[in-house]
Order: sequence, then C-alpha cells, then structure tokens
Amino acid sequence: MYRSQVLICGGTGCTSSQSLKIIEAMEQEIKAVGLENDVNVVKTGCFGLCALGPIMIVYPEGCFYSRVTVDDVKEIVDEHLLKGRIVKRLLYDETVTDTNDVKSLNETAFYRKQKRVALRNCGVINPEIIDEYIAMDGYQALGKVLTEMQPADVIQIIKDSGLRGRGGGGFPTGVKWMLAAGNQADQKYVCCNADEGDPGAFMDRSILEGDPHVVLEAMAIAGYAIGASQGYIYVRAEYPIAVQRLKIAIDQAHEYGLLGNDIFGTGFHFDIELRLGAGAFVCGEETALMTSIEGHRGEPRPRPPYPAVKGLFGKPTILNNVETYANIPQIILKGADWFASMGTEKSKGTKVFALGGKIKHTGLVEIPMGTTLREVIEEIGGGIPNGKKFKAAQTGGPSGGCIPAEHFDIPIDYDNLISIGSMMGSGGLIVMDEDTCMVDIAKFFLEFTVDESCGKCTPCRVGTKRLLEMLDKITQGKGTMADLDKMEQLCYYIKDNALCGLGQTAPNPVLSTLRYFRHEYEAHVKDKTCPAGVCKKLTKYFIDPDTCKGCTLCARQCPVGAIEGSVKQPHVINQDKCIKCGACATACKFQAISKR
Amino acid sequence: MKKRKSSLPFSGTPEQERELAAVIQQHKGEKGALMPVMQQAQEIYGYLPIEVQQMIARGLDIPVEEVYGVSTFYSQFALTPKGEYKISVCLGTACYVKGAQAVLDKISEKLGIGPDECTPDGRFSLEACRCIGACGLAPVMTINDEVYGRLVADDVEDILQKYI
Repeated sequence: MYRSQVLICGGTGCTSSQSLKIIEAMEQEIKAVGLENDVNVVKTGCFGLCALGPIMIVYPEGCFYSRVTVDDVKEIVDEHLLKGRIVKRLLYDETVTDTNDVKSLNETAFYRKQKRVALRNCGVINPEIIDEYIAMDGYQALGKVLTEMQPADVIQIIKDSGLRGRGGGGFPTGVKWMLAAGNQADQKYVCCNADEGDPGAFMDRSILEGDPHVVLEAMAIAGYAIGASQGYIYVRAEYPIAVQRLKIAIDQAHEYGLLGNDIFGTGFHFDIELRLGAGAFVCGEETALMTSIEGHRGEPRPRPPYPAVKGLFGKPTILNNVETYANIPQIILKGADWFASMGTEKSKGTKVFALGGKIKHTGLVEIPMGTTLREVIEEIGGGIPNGKKFKAAQTGGPSGGCIPAEHFDIPIDYDNLISIGSMMGSGGLIVMDEDTCMVDIAKFFLEFTVDESCGKCTPCRVGTKRLLEMLDKITQGKGTMADLDKMEQLCYYIKDNALCGLGQTAPNPVLSTLRYFRHEYEAHVKDKTCPAGVCKKLTKYFIDPDTCKGCTLCARQCPVGAIEGSVKQPHVINQDKCIKCGACATACKFQAISKR
Repeated sequence: MKKRKSSLPFSGTPEQERELAAVIQQHKGEKGALMPVMQQAQEIYGYLPIEVQQMIARGLDIPVEEVYGVSTFYSQFALTPKGEYKISVCLGTACYVKGAQAVLDKISEKLGIGPDECTPDGRFSLEACRCIGACGLAPVMTINDEVYGRLVADDVEDILQKYI
C-alpha cells in the first residue's frame, strides 16, 4: 500500500507544457529520498482544467497544484511528501478556503456543476494500465452483455436511455444500432469516429488519452448487439498520444482475452483495428470516413443507401463517435432510467465541451444537458479575462454558429441550439469578446471550409469559394448592401443542395453572424469601419495629440514614413501613406496611438 | 487543397527502398492497405515524391493516379520535403481568436517563406495546422516535437534564434 498518490496529467495540453519531464523528475526525486515504496506516481489523462496546466494532484490530501514546473518538484517532495507540509504557493487559489485550508476540487466553481459520465475515468486512472480500468468496473458491462443479455435487449436499453450521437448530428444511437442489426449479412462492421477535426475541440482526444478502454469495451458491446465481429477506429494522426494509448489498450485487451476469440468463454469474437486519418476534415462525415478506411480519397457519397444497409466495404456498418461510446458501458451497468434521469426532455445525459478562446478556465467540462450557457461561461468557465465584455460563443465549429449574449440563458441541448441557428456539434465552445470581429470570424470559418471542401459537389466547392470572396470584399471595405443579401441567398442555396454534412452546414457561421451581428456587417459596408479593429484594411491608426509627447519614436519606426511632426510636438499619421502595420502603436511608450 | 510538387531531384537510398518493399509486403492483400502504406512510406522518406508513389503503386498493384489522387487529397501527405526544423503554427479557432495569425505572419516575415514552404537552405519549413489540441496554451506552435505556448508575435525572434 502506498501512503500517497501523486497524479500528474499526461494529456496533450499538459504534456505540451512538459508534464512528462515533471513525472520523470518526480520519480527520480522520490527515489532519491527513498520514498518509492510509499508514494505512487500516476500518469493520468486530462483533469479538465487545461488553463492551469501542468497539473498535479496529491492524495490523500487532494492538493491541486497548478502550473507546476520541473523546478518545483524538489520542493513538493521535500516539503509535502517528506514533511507533510503543503506547498501553498502552488495551490490553485480556488481550492484554498478563507481559513487557509485546502478544500476539495469538487467544491470549486469549475467542477461543482459538472457531472462526469463520459469523462469519469479521465484524470483518475492510468490509461496505460488495463487493471486500473478494470478496477473502475471496466469490462463489467461487456461481461454482463455477453453472459446475461440478448442482442435485442442491449439495443432496447440504449434506445430507452435516449442517448443521441455526440458527434454533431444527434441521431438516436439505439435506433442506429437497431437498423444495422436488422440487416442480414455475412459480415458487419462497428466503426468509431475519432477524427475530431473541428478546430478547438478536444473532447474525443481527451477520452482516448485518458480512458481508451471504455471505447474498446463499448465497441465490443455494439458488435454483439448488431452481430459484427470487426471494428475500426478511425483516429486523427495529429493525436500521437491518443494513437499510442489506443495501441497499448488494444494489446492489453487481447492479452486479457477481452478482445479476439471467444471473449468471456461465450464464443463471441470481436477484433479492433486502428486506422489513421491523414488530415482531411471531411473524413469526419460518415460516408467519407468509410471511403477513407477503404483506402481512397475521403469523398462522401450520397445517402441512401445508409451505412446501416451498405457501409464499410459495402456491408452493414454502424459509426459512432468516441464520446457516444464512452457513455455505453455505464448505461448497461446503471440502466436506461439512470441515464435518462439526466438532461432535458429530448436530450438525455451529459455533454462534454471543450471551452476555449477568451475565457479564464480553458479546458474540458462535462455538464448535464440543459445547463445554461451562462452557467458554463460565467461559473464553470470563470468568465472573460482582462475585464472584457462577452460578445459571442461559438459552438459546432465550422458547421455551427455564434450565440450572442441575448441567448445566454438558453438551456444547452440539441434542439435549442439548432433553434437559435447554431448546433451542438462535437462540443467545441469558443468564447469571443469585444475584440473579435464577427465578419472576420465568419471569414475564418469559410477559409477553413473552402480549404477542406473535398470538391465532389458543386454547391460546396464553388459556393463556399464565392461566399469567401464576398466576405473578403466586405472585410476590405469594398462590399455593398446588395452583397449581404446575395450572400444570404447563396447560403441557403448551399444548405439545400450540398451533398454532405460539411457543405450543408458550411454557411452556418455566415448565417448566424448575419442574424445576430448584422450591424457589424453594416459597419464594414456602410461606414467602412471594423468596430473590433481587426480587419486591417478598415482600421485606422490615430495619435492622440494630448497624450503624444513628440518623442519621434513612432516616426522612426514607421516603415513607410507616414508619420509627420517635429520634436516635442504632437505627431500626425498620414492616412494615405499608412499601411496599418501597427509598428507605431507597438513602439509608443505613452499609449498615445490607438486604432479605430 | 493546393499542393506543390517538388522541384528537387529524388534522392532515395537502396536501404529506404528495401524498407518500403517490406512495408508493402506486410500490407499486401489487406483491405484498404493504401493509406497505411503511404503513411509508413512518408515516415521512411520524409515525404512522398512521385518516385515513391510509383513504387507503392507497383507494389500494391494500384494505378499510380489513384495513389496520386490520395496523396493530394490528404493534407498530411507531403509532396515536398520538409525542413530540418518543421514549424507548425496552430490556426485552430481557439488559437486564432487569441492572435495566432500575427504569430504566423511574424515567422513568415522572419524566415522569408510562406506557409507550406521551405527555406532554400532546407533548415526551416513552415505550415499552418489545425488544432493540435493544446487549447489551454493558445496560441500554440510546434517546432519538431517541441511545443511553444501562450505566444505573442514578439516571442518569435527569440524562439527562432535557438534553431539558427
């Protein structure tokens, strides 16, 4: 028995700030003081509060050390582990009470309103050791399914739970399974979509990194339910840690007889292969993903036939996303009613969001469906930093839309988000403040879709390109009011006619910003200004004559000689010459130069 | 997606060719073998010049235009060699709203190359990538396996200095 457990995050966020070196240093230091039999160092998955990484939690006290560096390790060992004195300066301030005691992480604003179902093992177990997963009831659901239940019962439980696909569309998972189970074939496939291409979203990656076995177990359950013996996980190659841990997990599951032949002695056979993506966003679309696994250009194909009839290699196939699978084993163990007791009428359970952008607590949060955006941003997320004002929250990535402050109190679920012109998407939630230009953001997403459009259908290939050109024109100050109407029409045309989900949702960022931030578009078109000061062509730099000391520094920095004025006299920028590089504003020691 | 073809002459070694042949042998006959083979070929050669694509096509008995079609479709397959130091600036949404574009522009300016280009001495190559998932550190860039986070444009010069 160890008397202390030191949990250190080994997820991508924390390893990017050197948590692996901290783990190494910790192990060395512990050995150096002879505590290796008393203290156990555990490399876990993501704790969620990525903004404070690298994170270390020391049990039994439950001390949450944030932004730890390699240099802090010795102090933690000497003070905390040897002498039992908590290193207060490293504690996350919200875990310290007024009386200077340490309080549980679950009482902090970030964790209090969260409910961890899909993420329950992330940051708790070592994902590279199967025994730790088994100790958390891992593979019990698979055992129960194989030994006590008929495939039809499994599908019924999933249907009753109300679980809907967490990858974006929100299709009922149980129905999907039922359709595939009803089709007879010599071979069927179970696929896992781990091609999380939505920029700024990292829920699936964190689950794969922190709890890879849950996905394997759920896929095997799905295989039993629909009558498939082969699974494929299609994972982004950009996630090397997730790929590595999946490989380890598959090997260990084989070794324990939990994958392969005759699982639990029931005669059920199931195997899983990994397939790596190669950087194509469209491959997150189900038919494109299957074409890609088959080894071709990842172009989508028309539906029907749906994958449940004719999917991978022409056989009946189900495809679910990582987070969807992460819910399955617990639904089997705890029952459909337990799962359906969380969430709203039509959206059951919880949803994981990756909070990012202009928010204090960047990280991973899991909330019951129906939590309001206000709770997520202000309470869990800690609000907007630097005293700035909230402008919009973007959900659904390039397929979603921007939610303005007026909808702050809307309960988050699939149908509500669609009704306000956004969508759940896979779970990216990017917060934007007053410094973000909404036209520029729409342009950013359109650049993404133009780049990622596979080119197969014309509405998407040409339509998104034309949209981008119009947006570009507007950000350059050359747009007309007629362009806005034309743009809106084109958006609806693309939505109605594109072949796959990528094209059908590509106009959403434009439509939702037009809907809620039309005044910003109009400012670009009519007044030729960018209210947020982002669009370079429309930004003008001004020198405040009262603050300017006439030090001449800006005039010397200006690469085009656009600043005039004599020593100790206020300077002036010649707007005709100015190329808006901002060098003057950076150089000014008196903050006399502002942009408008 | 636009792809640039390499103008440098191909300089593969017999060892690399043997390694590739072994990979092809291992996957031959497997369903959907093309992409795993191409991924490993890129690991062996660092990129996928047309000569390598031809070897794969012959080895797997797939038309070369199909191999070329796949190599140009996916952004991770490189048709041009990468620099000794591969710089990737994340332009995912979280990084973008926190000023990643300015960081990318600064690197471009300092190295005199745009995204998807390599410096003439082969030392640096630059690319804009989509979300590496370290959103807590936004904006982020990577140089080979080293991650640099919470960047501002003014950090660029000092960081590049380490590699020059």
